[in-house]
Amino acid sequence: MGAYDQLRRKLEARFGRAGVIGDPVGRMLYEYDGGVDRATPDLVVFPQTREDVIAAVKLAHQAGAPLIPRGAGTGLSGGAVAREGGVILSLNRMRRIVEVDVENLRARVEPGVVNLEFSDQIAPTGFYFVPDPSSQKACTIGGNVAENSGGPHTLAYGVTVNHVTGLEIVLADGAVARLGGKTAECQGYDLVGPLVGSEGTLAIVTEITVKLTRRPEAARTLLAIYDAAEQAAATVSAITAEGIVPAALEMFDGFSLRAVEAYIHAGYPLDSAAVLLIEVEGLEEEVEEQAAAIEQVCARAGARETRRARDEAERAKLWLGRKHAFGAMGRLSSNFYVMDGVIPRTKIGAVLAGIERISAASGLRIGNIFHAGDGNLHPLVFFDQRVPGQFEAARAASEDIIRLCVEMGGSITGEHGVGMEKDGLMPLIFSEADLDFMRAVKQVFNPEGKLNPGKLLPTYRSCRETALAAAPAGAAARL
Amino acid sequence: MSATADTKAASGAASSVFTGPEPPRWEDYSRCTHCGLCLNACPTFRVLGEEMDSPRGRIYQVAQADAGRLPLDRQLFTHLDRCLDCRACETACPSGVEYGKILERARGELERHPELARRSGVARRLRAYFFDRVLTSPAAMRRQAALLGFYQHSGLRALARASGVLRLLRLAGLEALAPEIDRAPFVAEMGRTFPALAADGQPRPGAPRARVALLAGCIQRVAFAEMNRATIRVLQYCGCEVAVPADQGCCGALHVHAGRRDQARALAAANFPLAGYDAVISNSAGCGAVMKEYADLFAGDERRQRAREFAAKVRDVTEFLDELGMPDGVLRPVPRIVTYQDPCHLAHGQKIRLAPRRLLGRVPELRLMEMARADACCGSAGIYNVVHPEIAGRLLQEKMDTIAATGAEWIVTANPGCMLQLRAGARQRRTGQRVLHVVELLALALPPAERR
Repeated sequence: MGAYDQLRRKLEARFGRAGVIGDPVGRMLYEYDGGVDRATPDLVVFPQTREDVIAAVKLAHQAGAPLIPRGAGTGLSGGAVAREGGVILSLNRMRRIVEVDVENLRARVEPGVVNLEFSDQIAPTGFYFVPDPSSQKACTIGGNVAENSGGPHTLAYGVTVNHVTGLEIVLADGAVARLGGKTAECQGYDLVGPLVGSEGTLAIVTEITVKLTRRPEAARTLLAIYDAAEQAAATVSAITAEGIVPAALEMFDGFSLRAVEAYIHAGYPLDSAAVLLIEVEGLEEEVEEQAAAIEQVCARAGARETRRARDEAERAKLWLGRKHAFGAMGRLSSNFYVMDGVIPRTKIGAVLAGIERISAASGLRIGNIFHAGDGNLHPLVFFDQRVPGQFEAARAASEDIIRLCVEMGGSITGEHGVGMEKDGLMPLIFSEADLDFMRAVKQVFNPEGKLNPGKLLPTYRSCRETALAAAPAGAAARL
Repeated sequence: MSATADTKAASGAASSVFTGPEPPRWEDYSRCTHCGLCLNACPTFRVLGEEMDSPRGRIYQVAQADAGRLPLDRQLFTHLDRCLDCRACETACPSGVEYGKILERARGELERHPELARRSGVARRLRAYFFDRVLTSPAAMRRQAALLGFYQHSGLRALARASGVLRLLRLAGLEALAPEIDRAPFVAEMGRTFPALAADGQPRPGAPRARVALLAGCIQRVAFAEMNRATIRVLQYCGCEVAVPADQGCCGALHVHAGRRDQARALAAANFPLAGYDAVISNSAGCGAVMKEYADLFAGDERRQRAREFAAKVRDVTEFLDELGMPDGVLRPVPRIVTYQDPCHLAHGQKIRLAPRRLLGRVPELRLMEMARADACCGSAGIYNVVHPEIAGRLLQEKMDTIAATGAEWIVTANPGCMLQLRAGARQRRTGQRVLHVVELLALALPPAERR
């Protein structure tokens, strides 16, 4: 800790006592994010401007200290956790909306601007920022950029990278660079792409140019109800085969929808085996036509019934059930572990059957609520942290599910990021040569590896090992 | 990174720093998944931007303290004390964490260690005076109020303000927030019963639609007498017989919030006989929220069943009027533009949001302009604005900005504490806006013959 005393004094001289946390209790409060991993930082610093960021980066760089950017700390893969100690750069006080340029469909925001608050603030213009992760009422746009966040509506509109056209970044040595801008086409190398989703391992983002999207004129929200999960799974690929791209296409299995219904009372039928929550957006005539077509597809696939939300209140209720689903599941069991994996949408049925086998073998209940349209699974593995060994069993079952996803032609993460949760799983989907190429890219931006070390690229032997080393500390570790 | 808390929970090892009879409960705080969805809903997190002053961070601190990983010290006290107990985090929470229960129990533990409080002399004395003297008996409240009333009405206040002596004594902020004492306190009404009225103001023939008891409140009796009178009149015109039992006392809400649970129980139990009415009506959201949760306050107490019966009868006045329905033809036009501020303990504590808005919607020609983040705390929070003037001040400024954006002539809310804070805001900005309780606005819409 002695090494950090000097850095702490320098940071305090620049940021004042209120701008730096270095006491044991304060540091403890930054050992977690929304995920399961824990590690205590040595310092936390709160920049409020780009100049503040540059100053903090330079001081950390001189001291050779790891620097970990953090937004709201709602991430689920340990992206904002100081795995190797060091300085957390908490960007949540940089929350200015710098410019709203409706004519050019762009806005410039600081990284600490909260996702939903931004869309709410610009609501009078009729435009919004599309990415809508379930944490949108708390997560920051800077965090969305770091994790390349998705959400239910990414099926039709894409993920964060599709809605960012420019970035202002501070490099590991404090130099500033501007990538992209307001234009749709990037001149020179398009470096916005590599930065979005780099999980803080390449640079610190100090300003983001985002695309603004007009709110759709109309929407239809449908609830298709099934007596067999396979029928629901088959519907998902059938809708796509029909040439329809819903704005969102979400699936709940029977176990999960009963849990959610008990809490939200959204009207999910308690006796069904699965439901699909489907939304189409666009012009009035268009959505009417699409909704009718979807109803036919659902019926052909064997849906018992397909209901439409009659009004905005009913629609909001159905979506509340989805956005609060994980929390609602928490009412069933003391603890659960949320996994994030991707599969081809044609394999949903097979993977659900495989998950059921994993559940039976591990003796743990597993619920499924997920973005079916883009094959982004979120299995919830339930366990009781008071029973010794159950956390480890849940983590092992989750890893088995990820392996199954990869076997089926999928991937290890859809939107939660790799972070320190899954860096050990990267070799499942990338060759050593692939990983070396990524390391070379990182080398260009972050040659000394001090920006968010221990994330994204495998540096540790196996994820199981580190997971056990970082077992949840604190009774609040409900995962 | 050892799994300390888990081990503790599994083995029941006595490493917790909490040693009191009602410590925070594992089954409450372990519901938190630390997802962080509460963060942006929390007023202190929005102002300070630090985990320690967020709901997630406070729960984490309580959990770590219960696991013996954090000491019961001034730092813990500071972060828990800074919480407004507005419970906006409960609304935001997808896991149904009952944050208020965790906080109030943790505060109960801290209350056992008064040496931890790093309060200024003024705040400490004010607190002691408030809890031990003012709120303990209506008579004491009246005596104190009489003094304050004399100060405000006699010209002494004008002298004190002009002379600068308040600033000298660092009392200016406190003085500005002190409730305006009514010249006619709510005294004559105590012990009386008011008949149900028809639309013409004559006694309603036949049985009343309900027989209710009004909780006259502590501060309300001396500083919100008109609000109490308005509550009675509106209830009468709604067809209710309204009793104001003379032997009622303080509900103990402020004591619960401060962690003074024994004192709260003693006060609460004294009101249990009111459960004999069809409903016990409160016009203070903070009081109502706590009374509805009496079963929790009396957990493990032999009086719990009576607490439950009493709690089942408690209704916020807006909730009750909305359920029963104002009779047609009673309310007359009030051609004004108003905005509505959700009191925290109504919106978050009692989940009542639509009832007050629907009631306002019944008043002809009244236009309700919604403000942004209407359910965000205004910074009042009991005596918070006195103890933490800086944070409260920033919240009030934000609130006044969003109110200004609506163009409202009047500000309507449903809790006396919020009314004091918003009045201070309107006065500071010289907006000339009236600040009214929902029932006061409804009373303005009642037939003019009855209007005072």
